[in-house]
Amino acid sequence: MNQPVIDLSPKVSDEVRKTTCYMCACRCGINVHLKDGKVAYIEGNKDHPVNQGVLCAKGSAGIMQVNAPSRLRKPLKRVGERGSGEFEEIEWDEALKIATDWLEPVRRKDPSKLAFFTGRDQSQSFTSFWAQNFGTPNYAAHGGFCSVNMAAAGIYTMGGAFWEFGQPDWDHTKLFMLFGVAEDHDSNPIKMGIGKIKKRGARVIGVNPIRTGYNAVADDWVGITPGTDGLFILAMVHCLMKAGKIDLNYLAQYTNAPVLVNEDEKSPEYGLLMRDENGKELVIDRVTGKLTPFDQPGVRPDLSATHREAGVTHRPVFHKMADMYLSDDYAPENVADRCGIPAKRIRAIAAELARVAFEESFELDHSWTDFRGEKHDKMIGRPVSFHAMRGISAHANGFQTCRALHTLQIILGTVEVPGGFRFKPPYPKPATAHPKPHVGMTPGGPLNGPHLGFTHGPEDLALLEDGTPARIDKAFTWENPMSSHGLMHMVISNAWAGDPYKIDVLFMYMANMSWNSSMNTRGVIDMLTDKDESGEYIIPKIIYSDAYSSEMVAYSDLILPDTTYLERHDCISLLDRPICEADAAADAIRWPVIEPDRDVRGFQSMLCDLGARLKLPGFTNEDGSQKYADYGDYIVNHERRPGIGPLAGFRGANGDKSGRGEVNPHQLEQYIENGGFFVEHIPEGSNYYKPWNTAYQDWAVEMGLYDKPMPYLFSLYVEPMRKFQLAAEGHGDRQPPDHLRQRIIDTMSPLPVWYSCEEENRASEFPVTALTQRPMAMYHSWGSQNAWLRQLHGHNPLYLPTKLMRENDLSDGDWATVTSPHGEITVPVLEMAALNENTVWTWNAIGKRKGAWALEENAPEATRGFLLNHLIHELLPPKGDGLRWANSDPVTGQAAWFDLKVRITKAATADEAQPEFAPIRSPVGTGPKNLTWKVGK
Amino acid sequence: MTSLPTSTDRKLGLVIDLDTCVGCHACVISCKGWNTENYGAPLSDQNAYGADNSGTFLNRVHSYEVQPEEGAAQLIHFPKSCLHCEDAPCVTVCPTGASYKRVEDGIVLVNESDCIGCGLCAWACPYGARELDQAEGVMKKCTLCVDRIYNENLPEEDRQPACVRTCPSNARHFGDLSDPDSDVSKLVAARGGMDLMPEQGTRPVNKYLPPRPKDAMPEFDVLAPFLEPVAEEPKGFLGWLDKALEKI
Amino acid sequence: MHPAPSVIFFTTFSGLGFGLLVWLGLGYPAVTGWTAFVFFAIAYAMAVGGLLASTFHLGRPERAIKAFTQWRSSWLSREAWCAVGALVIMGLYAAGLVFAGTRIAPLGILGAILSLATVFTTSMIYTQLKTIPRWNMSITPVKFLVLSLAGGALLSGQVQAALLLLVIAGVVQGLTWIMGDKALEASGTSLKTATGLGGAGSVRSFEPPHTGTNYLLREFVHDIGRKHSQKLRLISLVLMAGVPILLLILPFNHFFALLAVVSHVAGVLIARWLFFAEAEHVVGLYYGKR
Ligand SMILES: Nc1nc2c(c(=O)[nH]1)N[C@H]1C(S)=C(S)[C@@H](COP(=O)(O)OP(=O)(O)OC[C@H]3O[C@@H](n4cnc5c(=O)[nH]c(N)nc54)[C@H](O)[C@@H]3O)O[C@H]1N2
Ligand SMILES: Nc1nc2c(c(=O)[nH]1)N[C@H]1C(S)=C(S)[C@@H](COP(=O)(O)OP(=O)(O)OC[C@H]3O[C@@H](n4cnc5c(=O)[nH]c(N)nc54)[C@H](O)[C@@H]3O)O[C@H]1N2
Ligand code: SF4
Ligand code: SF4
Ligand code: SF4
Ligand code: SF4
Ligand code: SF4
Ligand SMILES: [Mo]
Repeated sequence: MNQPVIDLSPKVSDEVRKTTCYMCACRCGINVHLKDGKVAYIEGNKDHPVNQGVLCAKGSAGIMQVNAPSRLRKPLKRVGERGSGEFEEIEWDEALKIATDWLEPVRRKDPSKLAFFTGRDQSQSFTSFWAQNFGTPNYAAHGGFCSVNMAAAGIYTMGGAFWEFGQPDWDHTKLFMLFGVAEDHDSNPIKMGIGKIKKRGARVIGVNPIRTGYNAVADDWVGITPGTDGLFILAMVHCLMKAGKIDLNYLAQYTNAPVLVNEDEKSPEYGLLMRDENGKELVIDRVTGKLTPFDQPGVRPDLSATHREAGVTHRPVFHKMADMYLSDDYAPENVADRCGIPAKRIRAIAAELARVAFEESFELDHSWTDFRGEKHDKMIGRPVSFHAMRGISAHANGFQTCRALHTLQIILGTVEVPGGFRFKPPYPKPATAHPKPHVGMTPGGPLNGPHLGFTHGPEDLALLEDGTPARIDKAFTWENPMSSHGLMHMVISNAWAGDPYKIDVLFMYMANMSWNSSMNTRGVIDMLTDKDESGEYIIPKIIYSDAYSSEMVAYSDLILPDTTYLERHDCISLLDRPICEADAAADAIRWPVIEPDRDVRGFQSMLCDLGARLKLPGFTNEDGSQKYADYGDYIVNHERRPGIGPLAGFRGANGDKSGRGEVNPHQLEQYIENGGFFVEHIPEGSNYYKPWNTAYQDWAVEMGLYDKPMPYLFSLYVEPMRKFQLAAEGHGDRQPPDHLRQRIIDTMSPLPVWYSCEEENRASEFPVTALTQRPMAMYHSWGSQNAWLRQLHGHNPLYLPTKLMRENDLSDGDWATVTSPHGEITVPVLEMAALNENTVWTWNAIGKRKGAWALEENAPEATRGFLLNHLIHELLPPKGDGLRWANSDPVTGQAAWFDLKVRITKAATADEAQPEFAPIRSPVGTGPKNLTWKVGK
Repeated sequence: MTSLPTSTDRKLGLVIDLDTCVGCHACVISCKGWNTENYGAPLSDQNAYGADNSGTFLNRVHSYEVQPEEGAAQLIHFPKSCLHCEDAPCVTVCPTGASYKRVEDGIVLVNESDCIGCGLCAWACPYGARELDQAEGVMKKCTLCVDRIYNENLPEEDRQPACVRTCPSNARHFGDLSDPDSDVSKLVAARGGMDLMPEQGTRPVNKYLPPRPKDAMPEFDVLAPFLEPVAEEPKGFLGWLDKALEKI
Repeated sequence: MHPAPSVIFFTTFSGLGFGLLVWLGLGYPAVTGWTAFVFFAIAYAMAVGGLLASTFHLGRPERAIKAFTQWRSSWLSREAWCAVGALVIMGLYAAGLVFAGTRIAPLGILGAILSLATVFTTSMIYTQLKTIPRWNMSITPVKFLVLSLAGGALLSGQVQAALLLLVIAGVVQGLTWIMGDKALEASGTSLKTATGLGGAGSVRSFEPPHTGTNYLLREFVHDIGRKHSQKLRLISLVLMAGVPILLLILPFNHFFALLAVVSHVAGVLIARWLFFAEAEHVVGLYYGKR
């Protein structure tokens, strides 16, 4: 047959530039193909440690992102009322002058009058450095409303967390159990991992009220009742302990299970760990029978022996665990109904965990030496691994639930062992190695230390002399003593209420706070536009940096337009949230692979300029001139400690040093040559048992992750929590307010507990839980401006289980009114069978405000799309005690997005989802009608 | 030309694993990206930033719920693009010869410069694998990335379809299904790879690997020995603990 | 299927036009001169108009000529040849009648055959499609042919033939509906075979691949209520066959004849609308639309 001759080898591009994707915190390596200097095609970088060539939908759609019509073009000054969207374009010089004029007096008089909060930030070590130099205590990123429960619970318990900070040993695990994850930050690696273990035929168990995505491919699905995971997990802990299916050696050697606890109820030390004069935890050595610090050579800590001293009994933590978890309260039969999982199923899963962990255990031929100096010639593998994210952490009992899960994996001995869960550098790192929160202010000077950190008792709380909160978000107060990430979701409402105080300038970066990242969206909009008697806005000045025409732009007074991710430098740093793998330390950069075609500036570069104008010490040379020309300059030349800078790779004058080393002026070029990243593998034999493995500890010191080895014990028992409880019981001189005492005692148990959050959310009247999930092909609000992605998710029906559809006489496409204690929305519904029967859900952040994102006003995102956020309040419904309690975890302040309880009723067919908001004026117009995109000819 | 070749030298195609596809749409977008910039006219989008937006896609991911007689409902993500059928009805209906099946590898293609956009081939395809581009007025379909798999400007390892290269969960496999020893053929054999709509007689080259049985964990009765209690009470437990510790 | 006006007009009017040409080719009525001119003008207007209408649904009408190349395999290509052949031959034949006043019978018969073949090839474009079980039946070409002949008879004033053919057309049309209603099920194609997922339980479409629409949905998925379609079927049958038959039985009257034609055309148009609107393309299964 004679068939057409086609060009089988067309030229792919003129040039490939390798950089890092931006569309989520996974930060995959990308090859950007350019034709005529324009982006033609984006694919994954095969050499990259994170994604090894694969790329998600968002990453591949990057070309529509960097060319989105919604991109801001020039600095904007508000000319209409706030919220109207009326702006005037101004020059950068004027913009920076306005910012300087607003900020300089604040810094001189009272730096706390600036609240600087950053959202989807990937440069927190830099922005916090800036804020620290400015001197305000009011800085945080978005972790508080995101998943601080996950981070804090992991770090307090085992010196590292799930989130993107660790991963299952995908190559060896045989049973993988996933709790409450729809997508997560480590999204490509999780998918790659699931692919790997499915190929091996290993089992995946998904625990999630909703069976989509990862849970759809799970071999077994546990459609749990939302908010009850802690109970389910502790029931499995109960079964495993009762059956002795626990790794006693692991518990004795590597955890604080054998550490002795003061049992004298009257003592101010009641419940605290026994320590020697150096603060080392004490255990009984099984060999000598003597009391000894846990870390001495040859010590075999006893999990069982008690110790009496000065008339006070001390029992090991493990005794307390036995008392607590062997109780019938945690018997599967007694939790089954609450969790919506039959008791037999709970037992079956616990038994399967035990079977795989202990019967399918295996050994790797790697010898290693532990911190006690003991040599091991093998590494014992326990091929059971876990991962979890916001499904368990975004509840008001999330901190303890995350802790419960860590307890489960620790008693099985599966953390940092072959086949189990492993940390990624810079973790493991004990909570004590992190800074404590700092709020020491000097007008005109820098803050006395980093803002965020880990509290270890009442003395670390961020309180002023008079006991009131030092921070605008009330982080590190009695309301949420361990709020390691701050509480960005409380800033606007606190600033509006003047509680704890009023502020002058709200400066935000990359967070859509007037829309999808707030609870009580309408209320927040009102607070942003509210005026006092004199006609001044209650939050007087708002500066905001966004790259796109988001909903938040309309509520700001001064807009500093950012570049897109392919037009600027960025640094994915070991000081922050790097791209490490369990087997390697790695970091990466972004660099301007294309030039902006608009009058925009990279936010970080702009901060270098603004910092110099404000004469911030870290940003000014001795002669008063600007220290860092731009962010690229900072990345290369800034040093945190001598030899340690934002980037760990290609250090030293010749670029041949890793981790530590002098500044290398050609560092960025070398990163670019290397594909935009740097990776240093952990030597074999050092890559498991990291918290206790001498070789790893030494390697970490060499890499600059620590300054000295710091082996530690996992904290099944978190002593700092006990310290807060002790204060609530009346001990010590820093005392909580009375109304919080009981809550602190109930919720700050040093061993994980479960408590229900139903009553506070009025579950008896609102019996259905309403959830959101992240669509894999959308990133929060900003995917909707992407012409390709918005075809996949242009609106978001509310999915109802079959039972609720029938009960309410609903069929696909009908409309329903969803009522919560706080509000009401009317939305289209669709039926879903693979769903917990008392749960409804929708995709997160698809709903858009009319006029935003350069979309036409009748775009489905704005007419049928909706947010659940209208139903969620930052405060719980009133309890009648005259107080409004926050809708967040009492330990960390994590926003409890998923505690939302609702009621469903059928609604008349509607034209538009309710509530409807008036359109805002678009500062960028709307996008073109049709696209026929082709860069090359 | 519109007649089908009696046989092809190879049968290149995709094998899609319904057991591992997580429905992420990565393949959909990478396909859109590659094919917008490469073979033929760009894949256009209409009302790109407004209501009733739509566009040309060569690969789309559906999802289905399966309700077994007993137990929980299941959800299956289901990617679908051209199956490069051996008896491709889309080819024989074409009045212009634009639609053809390549003799060398069995790839079904549209020669866009001959296509009159009559749409008949799309009518003839049972799988919805062809879409008429609204801007260009010609028929678009999966090319099996014919301009990648032989492309000498690409490194050897990248000579595979864009969707396969990008799939994060490795649910897509590419190869020669006429060669019983190819990885894809072996996978099909091992996992019971199936045809879609076999009764349509199109003899698809692409195969689908069915999901493995779900919710099939052994009952507790079988697993019970792994949870035999060592003690019922905390006290007894501590006694057991002492003894157990002796042993390690 | 999407009932696109262009294809509805094309099939209806080209059917009528070629049907009329069949009768004229066979010499019914035996007309010459201006009368012949008028008859042929009507036939050509319908046939050519129909063909032109069909090019409206082409994405690239300027390349329509390429459609002649694949007559070996493609019914559409064959249709193109037949149509052009019929029009050319009938043109010569008509010239003889109009200008020379002579009927070249072999040319007429050949033209009639080609005209019928055109209608047949048109019908085969639809009939061949296994993807649309409602069309994929041997009665489909019968229906097209009978309707074309009946319409032609009506237009050419062949009252007896028209009466007979209208009755047959009505019956055939009714039969296609009865058989068509069972066709999808009988084809064996279902969501189960489409997805291969039937083994584990019952299959339901959950989410479409895009929340927006697409070419496939616009082209292949048209939902029409059953009650609605039953009503339209009845109306179409009455207009297509019932009314014309009644009018033809009445003593001949030019106005009635005109009315019969109008009624018939209206009935066929409705039937054609239904032909498309009711046709279930199996791709709809993937979208949970069947
Ligand atoms: N109902 C409900 N609400 C939720 C959640 C939920 O699960 N359910 N999840 C919560 C969680 S965990 C999070 S993290 C938040 C996320 O919510 P946000 O942090 O608000 O995230 P985005 O919507 O992506 O908004 C980020 C902003 O950054 C802008 N942006 C994008 N790229 C750039 C850039 O390069 N430079 C600059 N300067 N700006 C840019 C975008 O235009 C957008 O305005 O949402 C929270 N809200
Ligand atoms: N594609 C994409 N990726 C993203 C993002 C995005 O917007 N798009 N956002 C990024 C951000 S900021 C974050 S914080 C992460 C979050 O990543 P995820 O933690 O995966 O976030 P969610 O989508 O909120 O998923 C929460 C899951 O928990 C389930 N769930 C809710 N309540 C419960 C419960 O009580 N128990 C159990 N077991 N499950 C429950 C929900 O059904 C849902 O599947 O994703 C990041 N990655
Ligand atoms: S997972 Fe996707 S969006 Fe996130 S960094 Fe990787 S490619 Fe980009
Ligand atoms: S990329 Fe892979 S996992 Fe994602 S939808 Fe496509 S086939 Fe499924
Ligand atoms: S899937 Fe459709 S387009 Fe592809 S070869 Fe088969 S019939 Fe043709
Ligand atoms: S649309 Fe193009 S390829 Fe398809 S049948 Fe018509 S001419 Fe052939
Ligand atoms: S093989 Fe190429 S053209 Fe076909 S679906 Fe995959 S990416 Fe698209
Ligand atoms: Mo988040």
